[in-house]
Amino acid sequence: MTILALDLGFIIEKLIMIAIVVFASLGIALYTTFGERKVAAILQDRPGPSRAGPFGLLQPLADGLKLIMKEEIIPNAANKWLFILGPGLAMTASLMTCAVIPWGSAIDVFGRHVELQIADVNIGILYVFAVVSMGVYGIMIGGWASNNKFSLMSALRAASQAISYELAMGLALIALLMTTGSLSLKTIVEQQVQGHWWNIVYQPLGFLIFFITAMAECNRTPFDLPEAENELNFGYHQEYSSMKLGFYLFAEYINMIMSSAIMASMYFGGYDLPFFNEASVAPNIAAMIGVGTLLIKIVLFIFLFMWIRWTIPRFRYDQLMGLGWKTLIPLALFNMLLTGAVILAKL
Amino acid sequence: MQALTNKAQAVSRKPMTFLERLYLINIIKGMMITFSHMFKKQPTIRYPEQKREFSPVFRGLHVLNRDEDGRERCTACGLCAVACPAEAITMEAAERVEGEENLYREEKYAAKYEINMLRCIFCGLCEDACPKDAIYLSETFAPANFTRKGFIYGKPDLLIPNPKTEASAFAEAKGVEA
Repeated sequence: MTILALDLGFIIEKLIMIAIVVFASLGIALYTTFGERKVAAILQDRPGPSRAGPFGLLQPLADGLKLIMKEEIIPNAANKWLFILGPGLAMTASLMTCAVIPWGSAIDVFGRHVELQIADVNIGILYVFAVVSMGVYGIMIGGWASNNKFSLMSALRAASQAISYELAMGLALIALLMTTGSLSLKTIVEQQVQGHWWNIVYQPLGFLIFFITAMAECNRTPFDLPEAENELNFGYHQEYSSMKLGFYLFAEYINMIMSSAIMASMYFGGYDLPFFNEASVAPNIAAMIGVGTLLIKIVLFIFLFMWIRWTIPRFRYDQLMGLGWKTLIPLALFNMLLTGAVILAKL
Repeated sequence: MQALTNKAQAVSRKPMTFLERLYLINIIKGMMITFSHMFKKQPTIRYPEQKREFSPVFRGLHVLNRDEDGRERCTACGLCAVACPAEAITMEAAERVEGEENLYREEKYAAKYEINMLRCIFCGLCEDACPKDAIYLSETFAPANFTRKGFIYGKPDLLIPNPKTEASAFAEAKGVEA
């Protein structure tokens, strides 16, 4: 029974880590909504939310309270079970992604060696892909169960968009995985920590494709067609109210955080702080510096997401599909070919 | 068609170059523009703390004036009501009795003087029409109210405080509305 040979300490350690990661991502998502409004405001020469607390810092709490206090409305014609399942699924799928992200190297607490990663799955990035593509079920089910034509249309858009862009995303990743030779996120990050360069140096085109597709997967502007306000009223969450709507909105922000974390880990060295010798400080402090570094990288990516959102308008639907199928997939294939050729030439 | 001015510019119909079709450079240009706006001065006036200054000719809420002895100037002649294009002003006149000389300047005064602020268009014609300098438009505006009735301002709302008996309130009113 080696499979059950887990000691209690291990389980407690993982439970604590899961709790920390889940609540931290919820907290960050909460403040990402605030950051979104603040960034939008500053880019548009406005002050943004500034009334609740100092600098408006309590605004996300007020927003959350408002969402919780609102009346739960389930439309008569809606399929009740699926209507409730939809936001739950969207939230679960986006939170599950964080299981394989390496948040830091490792720390020693109470004589235990704790890896700062919930699960170092050897197919980590494949797992991320599987979970992310589940996220579209939340949108699909929610949109269909609302029994509203705009919601359904938006759900269809979301599904076709996700499928089109997942292809290019996967192809862009394959090129990266060819250079790393591993699917485990921990291994990929460790390679970058030990190696001289981050993966972005080897895969600039791959990163560009990955970044664009990640934006599309998160339903962020300029790819926010599933929630195009002026075409579809509000999109797949039109019939939702209260915290169910909150779950959808939150899931979107958590997706954004997770894709930022994955981009940081895969292409930008994860928890690696450049020009800093980790061996020069105590291992625990070095690990904490690593966590901070990853968080800073995530914040920078989130800012980039927002910055793009408040700069460029939405794509037209045929342009979106054309970009996905006619530009990104051939480009990703070309990138793959190029990487393969370079690897062969080096052998 | 002949152009009226020579300012018209022909629209360029030349096909986009490869770099333009790439779109990325233009996106980055756009992002630089939005980024530069982070350092611009915000034109926002944070309202309850900061207030926009009215121009000196702003026409706001009406004030019924008193003379230097604190007597009401209005004689209820009705010229303001006649001049009012929105028909917002109504009044009832009364005769001054013995012993009220310190209250009213002339023998006749307005016992009731009402302005409907929902009708008023703040044109200032009442101010022009008044032969006694009794009505002025101040620099404040009518605050929100819950009922329509609340917008009918009577004499207690309109009269300026008495400079003799309520000197501080008068100074305050002058300071805000001057």
